Amino acid sequence: MKEIYLDNNATTKVDEAVFEEMRPYFCELYGNPSSMHFFGGQVQGKVTEARKRVADLLGATPDEIIFTACGTESDNAAIRSALEVLPDRRHIITSRVEHPAVLTQCRNLRQKGYRVTEVGVDNVGRLDMEEYKRAIDDDTAIVSFMWANNETGVIFPVEEAAAIAKARGALFHTDAVQAVGKVPINMAASQIDLLALSGHKLHAPKGIGALYLRRGTPFRPLLVGGHQEQSRRAGTENAAAIIALGKACQLAGQHMQTENSTVKAKRDRLQDALMRAIPHARINGDGAERLPNTTSIAFEFVEGEAILLLLSELGICASSGSACTSGSLEPSHVLRAMGVPFTCAHGSIRFSLSRYTTDAEIDAVIQAMPRIIARLREMSPFGREHLKG
Amino acid sequence: MWDYTSKVKDHFLNPRNVGEIPDADAVGEVGSLACGDALKLYLKLDEAKEKIVDAKFQTFGCASAIASSSALTEMLKGKTLDEALAVSNQDIAEFLGGLPEEKMHCSVMGQEALEVAICTYRGLEVPEHDAEHDHGHAYPEYEGTLVCKCFGITDAFLKKVIETNKLTTVEQVTHFTKAGGACGGCIPKIKELIAEVLGQQTAQPQPKTGKLSNLKKMQLVQEVLERDIRPMLLADGGDLELVDIEGDTVQIAFRKACAGCSSSGNTARFVEMKLRELVHDDLRVQEVPA
Repeated sequence: MKEIYLDNNATTKVDEAVFEEMRPYFCELYGNPSSMHFFGGQVQGKVTEARKRVADLLGATPDEIIFTACGTESDNAAIRSALEVLPDRRHIITSRVEHPAVLTQCRNLRQKGYRVTEVGVDNVGRLDMEEYKRAIDDDTAIVSFMWANNETGVIFPVEEAAAIAKARGALFHTDAVQAVGKVPINMAASQIDLLALSGHKLHAPKGIGALYLRRGTPFRPLLVGGHQEQSRRAGTENAAAIIALGKACQLAGQHMQTENSTVKAKRDRLQDALMRAIPHARINGDGAERLPNTTSIAFEFVEGEAILLLLSELGICASSGSACTSGSLEPSHVLRAMGVPFTCAHGSIRFSLSRYTTDAEIDAVIQAMPRIIARLREMSPFGREHLKG
Repeated sequence: MWDYTSKVKDHFLNPRNVGEIPDADAVGEVGSLACGDALKLYLKLDEAKEKIVDAKFQTFGCASAIASSSALTEMLKGKTLDEALAVSNQDIAEFLGGLPEEKMHCSVMGQEALEVAICTYRGLEVPEHDAEHDHGHAYPEYEGTLVCKCFGITDAFLKKVIETNKLTTVEQVTHFTKAGGACGGCIPKIKELIAEVLGQQTAQPQPKTGKLSNLKKMQLVQEVLERDIRPMLLADGGDLELVDIEGDTVQIAFRKACAGCSSSGNTARFVEMKLRELVHDDLRVQEVPA
């Protein structure tokens, strides 16, 4: 069965050009970039090129890029470092809808005695800027808000939030894992101090990430024990993956227009068609600024895992905010924070597209989805009165 | 992805007996939209009102909830009411070739609906339902005291599930019943219930007198704090940290709601009592500033 892959916020296909770029660095050009000989040196050259490519996508300079193993590592490193370089400040601000890479870290730090404020969102997922402004004070060491939400695609006003943090002397970090490659980013004209990105969300392989660190920002590394990455991240460079990330960033820059025109048009067509065909559905985050590739739709009276498995039977890959897919019992913390009622949160499905998504694939989902929802609603003891009318 | 058996997949993709029985003799309804799963079970009896001749269901829930409902209706046909009452959640899971442990609560839901249906039919009083949550206290035999407020689950029901499924950890109880799966406030109580059912103390008996090496002492103290004390404090929004152990003096610092709490003295006394009971009689607890 050929897959119809609409789960690109979970992970993406490695672009063939990216794979070709990294291929020689396993069996042939396997040298250590730190070595003194020519054999390592030629790898070093490619790593330098990759760093430049990542920096270019972000409007940054190459020395501001630190390669890591993943987005989660970048997030952890950023927050840890901020607390170490500002030891007199004991307050952390984040949002209620962050990825666990940030949220779990902050909650662990709360156990260690830090004051943590989790700023809320409104019913379409927009950050409560007033609450944020009230929360920040001279004790705030770091503010960490995601650039775009992984479940709903809702975009936060991170530049505005960063300016507020700077005025208070706090550092500002953003988890931009879902945003990089999908929305234009220009760190040269930004006040953001730290930014996390992940390779496998933009058609590079899994196991590679990067942390942007503004030049002049004090930093304490998470991993020590080597001079790599200017002693800001010890450990032999994952050269092949770094080279792949560089290529992926270069391609992402070239495809940015596609992302915001073609991909967005497909996303809009998908969600409009589903909303027309299926009663008692709502788009989570409708009305907020959102990523061009993501839509999260809540279907009342049905449960997400059942929808996903019926889609999967047809080769369609999507994701849900349902509790039942993860083994936890509460529906997604993101949808809960938005005040999406339990009755809808359980039946929320996220479709996330990429530049590889075809019109035929969108058509297949538009065809399949109404039947799947109808079939499950037929089985459900709820919603009969609503659905009759 | 869940590792569902082919039987689960079959009963999910081709569910048997979906629908209503308009003139059903017995109907059992458990769960709610808010819970994330719900089941309405319809039973039709023969003329003598002894045997189940037809069973149908309507289910809102995940694949295993739908498969469990389908399996249950298949199992019930041809059984007398007493035979039906003997069907346990494990029987349902077994019929399906097993369920992932995280999904066992789906089989429990099937068994619950069955009992509600039969109790109601037999005229046993069914207590008023909480609008949001029915699991557990939906039927008379398991009235008991409410333990899990989030999912509305009583102690009597939990004890039964712990006993029949031989559960030993809170995690398992959550997987089977959902209790403790949301706010976690009832986790200490669930631990007590497990201990009660297993007929043993919350902790393994430890040597309480005699010589303990420093290393062993630290290890045991830490164990007791993590297992028996911190979960209770966390449930109330408090916490504590082990600062140091000097000889027989255990230094602790209160955190969060416990820090500066006027009754932290009592809490310190309680910690001391627990440590003496479970680790060593000579231990003394000293509170140090946070």
